[in-house]
Amino acid sequence: MERIIFGDNQFFAVNHISDEKAMAQSIRFKEDAAIIHTLDTARNAGIETFMCTTHERIGNICDIVREQPDKYRGYKMYPCMPYAHKYANAVTELGVTGTLKKFVPGNFFGSMFKGGVAFLSKDYLSIMELLVDSEMKMFKGIDTPVIFLQNVITDLLLGMQMNEVLVAFHEYINKKYNAEAGFITMNMPRLLDALEAGGVKNPIICSSINKVGFRMSGGRELYENTLKTRQFRAIAMQVLAGGAVPAREAIEYVCTLPGIESILFGASSKVNIQETVSLIHQYDKKIFTS
Amino acid sequence: MVKTGIIGIGKMGISHLAILGAHKDVTVAGVCDTSKMMLDAIEKYSPFPCFTDYRKMLDTAKPDAVVVAVPTKFHATMVSELLDRNIHVFVEKPFCLKADEAPALIEKARAKKLVNQVGYHNKFIGTFREVKRMVKAGAIGEIYHFHGQSYGPVVVKTKQESWRTNPEEGGGCLMDYASHIIDLINDILSPVEKVNSSQLKSIFSREVDDAVYAMMELRNKVSGILSVNWSDDTFRKMSTSITLNGSKGKIISDANELKIYFKEKEVPEGYSTGWNVKYVTDLTEPVDYYLRGEEYTAQLDYFVQSVKGTRPNLINTFESAALTDKAISMIRKAQS
Repeated sequence: MERIIFGDNQFFAVNHISDEKAMAQSIRFKEDAAIIHTLDTARNAGIETFMCTTHERIGNICDIVREQPDKYRGYKMYPCMPYAHKYANAVTELGVTGTLKKFVPGNFFGSMFKGGVAFLSKDYLSIMELLVDSEMKMFKGIDTPVIFLQNVITDLLLGMQMNEVLVAFHEYINKKYNAEAGFITMNMPRLLDALEAGGVKNPIICSSINKVGFRMSGGRELYENTLKTRQFRAIAMQVLAGGAVPAREAIEYVCTLPGIESILFGASSKVNIQETVSLIHQYDKKIFTS
Repeated sequence: MVKTGIIGIGKMGISHLAILGAHKDVTVAGVCDTSKMMLDAIEKYSPFPCFTDYRKMLDTAKPDAVVVAVPTKFHATMVSELLDRNIHVFVEKPFCLKADEAPALIEKARAKKLVNQVGYHNKFIGTFREVKRMVKAGAIGEIYHFHGQSYGPVVVKTKQESWRTNPEEGGGCLMDYASHIIDLINDILSPVEKVNSSQLKSIFSREVDDAVYAMMELRNKVSGILSVNWSDDTFRKMSTSITLNGSKGKIISDANELKIYFKEKEVPEGYSTGWNVKYVTDLTEPVDYYLRGEEYTAQLDYFVQSVKGTRPNLINTFESAALTDKAISMIRKAQS
């Protein structure tokens, strides 16, 4: 994984500290061209990986990336699934069977055998696989070396102690997509325990890691110890803790922690993107030379 | 360990189950639902005992405490039966479908000294707690007006049917959505005493209200406006906010961001004259397990600690939730 990964919250009105800012972002990124423009700004700053939810608008972004293979040579996307609202809305509107019908890839009747049988026999892992396939449809032809399970689902399964399902996701991504599975979580140490217990070695885990301990369940100290003493590939997100920590301080903190492979951040403006990237390089260099 | 059962694994029930499953002081003694689809998945992949009949779960698993997350129309009977069996109860909001069902339950819980809590999670959100602290300290002087608002994208087109769209079962924007902000106003300011006028509008639903607008007066004589709409898809998810005008300042707060304006030189510690902005990041206590928001874990942890007897059960009691049920029925009656 690259050291810096670009996130997508700003494109879809996800703002953890202000509803007003969320609305402003939703206005700003109404057109796909605005998203592409920001992604290109990030690419110009050297960020060649985009981690994105399987929001339907990402489908349009994938189209644009596919249409310009020369421009986007080497560009990687890390899908995060599912975009939960999509399913929640569909279940309310169409029911569970209707939802499966809508999201099972290709012609429902064509894949009726797997879909229909899985549904009737309540073979939940097969249903999970079908849903993964449907989420992955939009990324066809795009380089997706890591595929993530989104945090609400990861943490829900974790709380319900459904470790087997987490492991099954890991295995399926490996087998079907020749990619690595990643997990986004707000409960990193607990998730690592569960994955290791299920036999998953050196998993990719993306979690909040910041100086003020925001959304670091179990506390900052436990996270720091886990990073120091355990074997996994950590991605730090929410490093600014929603704006609670000034950029320089925030980046210094994550860059000096051991065991963090990548840093995920999202921003809208060129200035913020460039500043964050240069801070990361600056502190990485400092650690390297000291 | 608190042996805890859960009845109902719909949207809220599943979330509660995961939080209980991760809680260090809880043993999940039983999970009950009548819908087999979800229950089978839990039976297959989780270690929790599953039941389709809640009485059987109570007889077999013998829980000390139970979380009730079923449609509102079942609350009163189920809660009553749980109290009869000396079981501590956490029930989802709103508390009762009819306001007159509450007094007997309040009395029973009191007489039997059982922990009783209702799932109004906003009270466990740092920003709203700080608003209450400021109001109680008189920081913005005498409050003369409030504006409680809640918007979100629940019913955004016709043809969506579930118990939430059935008035007989406790569905509708007033019961399901507006109840949150009403409860917050009751708690932060004073209970709703009079509803001057109200409008319940159906936008996409045939049977229930999708929006609620009301002019209200509180016990302490402060008056204000309620404005709630669950058919507003310009919001990505539910957004609840409260604005308070006082003689010495103003407060605008939602779940993420608190803005306070102080007119005068004298201000509470940590604040200054003019506008102040604080974020949930500054005001929220961390939790041991996080799912969708610290407040969901915090409220269940509060319940568990109350059952263990390590702290008194004062927040979101049946009694406080009954005041919200009462306000809901007043809003319904005051329709112009």
